[in-house]
Amino acid sequence: MKRVYVNPEFCLGCKLCEIHCIAAHSKHRNNVLKAFKETRFRPVSRVIVEGDNLNSFAVQCRHCDEMFCAKACITGALQKDPKTGAVAIEESRCVGCWTCVLACPFGAVFRHYGEKKYAVKCDLCGGEESDPACVKHCPNEALVLRE
Amino acid sequence: MPIGLITPSFIVERNENKCIQCQVCVRQCANEVHWFDEETQKVFAEDANCVNCHRCVTLCPTSTLLVRKNPLEFRENSNWREDIIRSIYLQAESGGILLAGMGNDQPYPVYWDKLLLNASQVTNPSIDPLREPMELKTFLGRKPETLTIKNGKLHSSLPPQLELEIPVMFSAMSFGSISLNAIKSLAQAAQEVGTYYNTGEGGLHRDLYAFGANTIVQVASGRFGVHPDYLNAGAAIEIKIGQGAKPGIGGHLPGQKVGKAVSETRMIPEGSDALSPAPHHDIYSIEDLRQLIFSLKEATEYTKPVSVKIAAVHNVAAIASGIARAGADIIAIDGFRGGTGATPLRIRDHVGLPIEFALAAVDSRLRQEGIRNQVSIVVAGSIRHSADVVKAIALGADAVYIASSALIALGCHMCQKCYTGKCNWGIATQEPSLVKRLNPQIGARRAANLLRAWKHEIKEMLGGMGINALESLRGNRLMLRGIGLTDRELSILGVSAAGE
Repeated sequence: MKRVYVNPEFCLGCKLCEIHCIAAHSKHRNNVLKAFKETRFRPVSRVIVEGDNLNSFAVQCRHCDEMFCAKACITGALQKDPKTGAVAIEESRCVGCWTCVLACPFGAVFRHYGEKKYAVKCDLCGGEESDPACVKHCPNEALVLRE
Repeated sequence: MPIGLITPSFIVERNENKCIQCQVCVRQCANEVHWFDEETQKVFAEDANCVNCHRCVTLCPTSTLLVRKNPLEFRENSNWREDIIRSIYLQAESGGILLAGMGNDQPYPVYWDKLLLNASQVTNPSIDPLREPMELKTFLGRKPETLTIKNGKLHSSLPPQLELEIPVMFSAMSFGSISLNAIKSLAQAAQEVGTYYNTGEGGLHRDLYAFGANTIVQVASGRFGVHPDYLNAGAAIEIKIGQGAKPGIGGHLPGQKVGKAVSETRMIPEGSDALSPAPHHDIYSIEDLRQLIFSLKEATEYTKPVSVKIAAVHNVAAIASGIARAGADIIAIDGFRGGTGATPLRIRDHVGLPIEFALAAVDSRLRQEGIRNQVSIVVAGSIRHSADVVKAIALGADAVYIASSALIALGCHMCQKCYTGKCNWGIATQEPSLVKRLNPQIGARRAANLLRAWKHEIKEMLGGMGINALESLRGNRLMLRGIGLTDRELSILGVSAAGE
């Protein structure tokens, strides 16, 4: 399956991927300004940049074949799409116990606190036609979506 | 400490309505302009550190930043201008030579802008390059006096030539003055488009040997990184005598830029200053130059053309004639607007000649002496766009070198602070955290695109003139007219006035 890969050699640690991830998952899709200024419950980023300007890399869900998060999930909210191979969270079934957050070896599941609390993770937001927001907005093409 | 007299050159304006406190600007500014205050949870700017490189402005996700020239003015004075007063303050504090990066930025006339190109109307047909073949191929090197042809085939052997698909090459920029990623970008672009890039005097990094067929290796006064493999790796060898941004003086790469890779490539100890002497200490005459030219030819078994690069100075025509007679195959002339990573400001802004005059003078002189065929002329020193290229060819150049334009294609914003080593665009720096900002894949794509775009434009201009091969434009000054030039300037340029 296609995943987002980072080339740490060219990751600047600018964290624009985090910002655009937040915007892409806000009510004001892809409008950074409104996403940050007007959304009451601002979503959390599903990608996180580790490191500093010199050594940095962005991490998001690896959509593992052996899903530690799904195995840990007490409600079965985490499922792998048999067709695409992407791991997805069914928000309505998530009870916010954060066991998946603990279980993920990459630290790629995040806690969302809103009217309801639930876990969030990379959903490869671009769909089939376009690149995810983080890939699209990486200024140095350090993030790529590939097999 | 007594009060400093230098006020900020620029001010950073942040639109508070649009700032989302994301701190991308904080993370991206190597000059430490932006900083985040934990207490107020807000980003602030230290204007005094800003060099106006636009890195923060370009990367800001909400377009909230604007950098302005500081509107603070001194009392109006046409003699004691702001830049002059500021530089005196600076020297009063530092006691040192003022440094600058890139090329001469003073308001001297740009003669390219005073030359106009011709086009065909009625009496001779123009050509549409999209419908008809158009030849830009250029060969650089010594052309023989005569050719012998047997059975329809070339019989005599030609001296070594460089073959260019477009008469534009990337000028000498050393590994040290610019980053390895910047050089990789240019090398790959040169390979893709079918032209050459030049190592400068920084030697050839081992990763770049793969681009040898598109490399001109330079031998300069410091002789950094020169060894047999280096000389044989390139397609041509260039002896650097001078540079337009600093005619008559040598180079100085500060020790902090000489990291492991630079030290290995230049063959000098890590952390040591790389000092290039002002002259080559074995060249004090044309005869000495001839000796080096032939030493290099001998070392490469006469398989590569040898170029000699000089800065355009007052007596350039006579010097070029000497260089041709010394056995050079190519003469590269760098005008007074040529760029650099670091040069004394006063030398950059006050020494040398406009490349337009130098080119016209050299081409005319070599023709008068009947030796124009012995050398190709390559000109450099602020070739800004394709029309400059066409005008240079019409004035008599065989090809041009570009460097500033190429770096601008890679992201340079002409802040002229190359000498600080803190280039936010990852170009004129050796700091690993900044170098990684230039992805050579992106850089190569952009530099190659620039050349391809110019290629299209050059063909359009040639077609308009009814010319289908660049060779027919070379030295064809009838295709040029001068505008707003004095009789003397016109006669040196060898062009008629507009309307004549």
